[in-house]
Amino acid sequence: MADAVVADRLRKAFGDFVAVDDLSFSVGTGEVFGFLGPNGAGKTTAIRMLTGLLPPTGGTAVVAGLDVARDPFGVRRRIGYMSQLFSLYGDLTVSENLEFFGGLYQVPRDQFRARRDWVIESADLAAVVGQLTGTLPLGLKQRLALGCALLHQPAVLFLDEPTSGVDPLSRRAFWDLIYELAAAGTTVLVSTHYMEEAEYCDRLILMHRGKLVALDTAIGLRARMSRPLLAVVTDQAPQVVQALADADGVGEVTMFGRSVHAVVPDISRGRAAVVERLTRAGLGWSTIEPIEPSLEDVFIGLVREGETGGP
Amino acid sequence: MSSAVAVEVEGLVRVFGKVEAIGGLGFEVSPGELFGVVGPDGAGKTTLLRVLAGVLRPSAGDARLFGTSVARDPEGVKATLAYMSQRFGLYTDLTVAENIRFYADLYGVPWSDRPARLERLYAFSGLGPFQGRLAGALSGGMRQKLSLSCALIHQPRLLLLDEPTFGVDPISRRDLWLIIHEMVAAGTTVIASTSYLDEAERCDRVLLLHEGRRLGLDTPAALQRQLDGRVFAVEGPDMVALRRVLGAAPGVRTVARYGRTLHVTTEPSGAEAVAALAGSTGSGASTIRPVPPSLEDVFVTLMTGAASG
Amino acid sequence: MSFRRFWAIARKEALQLRRDPRSLLLAFVLPFLLVLVFGSAISLDVRDIPFGVLDRDRTPASRELVEAFQASGYFTLRARVESPGEVDHLLARGRVRLVMVIPPGHASDLASGRVAAVQLLVDGGDANTATIAINYADAIVAGVNRRILATRAVAAPLGFEARVWYNEALESARMIVPGLVAVIMAIITAMLTALAIAREWERGTMEQLAATPVHRLEVVAGKLLPYIGIGIIDVTVAVVVGMVVFDVPLRGSVFLLAAMSLLFLIGMLSFGLLLSAALKSQMLATQVAIMTTYLPTLLLSGFIFSIASMPFALQVVSTLIPARFFIVITRGIFLKGIGLGILWPQALGMLAFTVISFGMATRAFRKEIDG
Repeated sequence: MADAVVADRLRKAFGDFVAVDDLSFSVGTGEVFGFLGPNGAGKTTAIRMLTGLLPPTGGTAVVAGLDVARDPFGVRRRIGYMSQLFSLYGDLTVSENLEFFGGLYQVPRDQFRARRDWVIESADLAAVVGQLTGTLPLGLKQRLALGCALLHQPAVLFLDEPTSGVDPLSRRAFWDLIYELAAAGTTVLVSTHYMEEAEYCDRLILMHRGKLVALDTAIGLRARMSRPLLAVVTDQAPQVVQALADADGVGEVTMFGRSVHAVVPDISRGRAAVVERLTRAGLGWSTIEPIEPSLEDVFIGLVREGETGGP
Repeated sequence: MSSAVAVEVEGLVRVFGKVEAIGGLGFEVSPGELFGVVGPDGAGKTTLLRVLAGVLRPSAGDARLFGTSVARDPEGVKATLAYMSQRFGLYTDLTVAENIRFYADLYGVPWSDRPARLERLYAFSGLGPFQGRLAGALSGGMRQKLSLSCALIHQPRLLLLDEPTFGVDPISRRDLWLIIHEMVAAGTTVIASTSYLDEAERCDRVLLLHEGRRLGLDTPAALQRQLDGRVFAVEGPDMVALRRVLGAAPGVRTVARYGRTLHVTTEPSGAEAVAALAGSTGSGASTIRPVPPSLEDVFVTLMTGAASG
Repeated sequence: MSFRRFWAIARKEALQLRRDPRSLLLAFVLPFLLVLVFGSAISLDVRDIPFGVLDRDRTPASRELVEAFQASGYFTLRARVESPGEVDHLLARGRVRLVMVIPPGHASDLASGRVAAVQLLVDGGDANTATIAINYADAIVAGVNRRILATRAVAAPLGFEARVWYNEALESARMIVPGLVAVIMAIITAMLTALAIAREWERGTMEQLAATPVHRLEVVAGKLLPYIGIGIIDVTVAVVVGMVVFDVPLRGSVFLLAAMSLLFLIGMLSFGLLLSAALKSQMLATQVAIMTTYLPTLLLSGFIFSIASMPFALQVVSTLIPARFFIVITRGIFLKGIGLGILWPQALGMLAFTVISFGMATRAFRKEIDG
């Protein structure tokens, strides 16, 4: 089957400012694909181009079989978009919101009933159908927002920061829904700056300053973190950070509470270097152990690599 | 007594109409502690911090900040505390320097002290080159650093931070926490709320909050230790089937899918059951490995435990 | 264009409107109230014009003349004075709009067939009312004349001479401009400050500010000051334009005008702050500010429509409108050249309003999120 989304050297410039530069990737049908990067990385601009809201300055993108530059309206009819939760009307009931979005997406009347019932059932909204949306807890609002985006059975679903602030159980329930959709053939693209959310995706793009920094699975990305990470547990974390900051044999150093993470060329040499530096500086520690890098470590490492041209 | 305790909360309740945002909270924070208040939206974090900051009256109960009661004398302790609201609370139509000066004036920071403090704040916030820029033109991360600078200009004894890193990019987030840690190291008591469970792990102790009530309160390490040996990552070719098998397995508490991995927590007794699955061929699991429990695992376990009673 | 989408939007909007009590109030109740209240106030008819008499004749004939005026329904006798000196005072005070001066020998003039001239001194500050009053007087005198002629044949028995004070040429600019200064100030000031506190609540900066040791008084007074500055500049510009472009004379004390303007400004600005603090919503505060300053000031302050001609209930309501007092003061200082000696009741009214307004604004402002 053809890929659901194909981007080829996609580019967007606003005057002199290049928001997205040379973005190429493809997403298979039924895949859960993530765009990861801080605010300002160009994720939003890229998504806007893919959803037909912004014409590209260069390159091409084909979404659900249609070229975004040539048929943006067509693209918009085939995709669903869930923004950060609050395109719902707080002063309408759940049912009224579904009605409204059904009308907005021009879901044919004869199909609407069935679609509406499906959304209510899958999103577990039966108990609150008549309730004002503004009074719902965040987890339910989120599922309703998703439901509204699905009424017209889009081939591709775009999610923008879908679960920030939601409690972990609701978040898991939400993602269960997404996985069901993906299994049934809907392609899902998620945009987030939140590393933990990225773990849910099959594959990820890391973006920074408009460019593609990495494209891989979460596991693959972690493996890329070629060099090991040592965690120094200490009561003098800020001073340890300073002492190790420019130490030989120690790379990127960051602090996590009482634990200082240091990137090292290899474990034994790294450990020796750390011990030496700290002893010289008269600082104490309780343990120095290798740990697995988190996606955040990976991200920052890759970004820094990209900036300095080397680790 | 009060000298050994920075903040004492006792039976604190706050209702809005019929909704109980905080229901009977009680805990203590020691001086110089980095205390995390953790929970999703609607848990009551903002309400709690607002009550402590004296901008919201408790419906019942009380909190004492360095001995001063928030219910009886909310203005009493404001001079020694600093509050950073969840929403950006500074003036977007004033510059960085003007905002900091405004707060320095409000707290009566002596003129002679300002140059040194400003230098230090600009140094570790990186805002020096942007002094003349309107706050509205700053990026999210820089705005939070500015808010933090305004909070620190008068060297408060207590810092109340409501989701200080919400929506901030990872690099700025690290910078912010570095500043916070330095404050704690210098003796400031910090109470910070967050819905990012990974951030909570940086705190000395965390209060897990859900729907206005306390789910747990301890050091992150102690909380995670409760789940030692009970958390696994399971992979296999047929995720859906594997999920079903695990969901039905006795002793399994929660199963969640993360991309191509299933994240499983078990009852104290269930660890053996899961390990046994590794041995049987019918399960469809290709790998089962133990993973260190995260705070999210703790939170979910406590939530489901609480739900089932 | 898709009908389905258009209908979806219209339906959603209607649902939301139905659930928005404020919009509904605005859409239904307000117009109804406005028609009722202001319909009664807006009347170009002028009746019950208060007048005074200096009767130096004291004969049945002179009393008959006064009676004729009284009975017409257009005039109400408010004061009788004994000496010419008091006439001055009466008009300056503004308790009467015109004073009828009947010279001694009025009755004998009438009896002997000489023209019995009566003097009408009219307050030209309200040019509209003045003109109308003179016309009514004309009609009444004509009526009296007809009665006299019916009983005996005499040539033009009764005549009157109208002398307009303060605004001899009955230029409307002279009537309007001093009042306009007051009205514009009233409208602009309250709307300016109506946003000031509510804006901070809505933007989230007030929450941050409330956590600092700042006092309520410091916030209210601190917010007032720049607006007072603006107000002073505005008043000065208005006065200068009035004097230079419209030739309105300033016959009284500039200092008194400045002091009274300052008092008025502080009062109106505080009122705006009061709304802002109490309502915490910019939109609501602005709407209420307009409803309570713009319309009442325009219609009930005596700026255009004479208060004396309004139903009693509205006359009472008009005493709550500070612009009412300020207009008397501005007209008095500009056109009549009078001072505190006469204007003290109005000044006192304004002082009371300002003090209460400021006090209430400070009390209404709370450093707390009420949720």
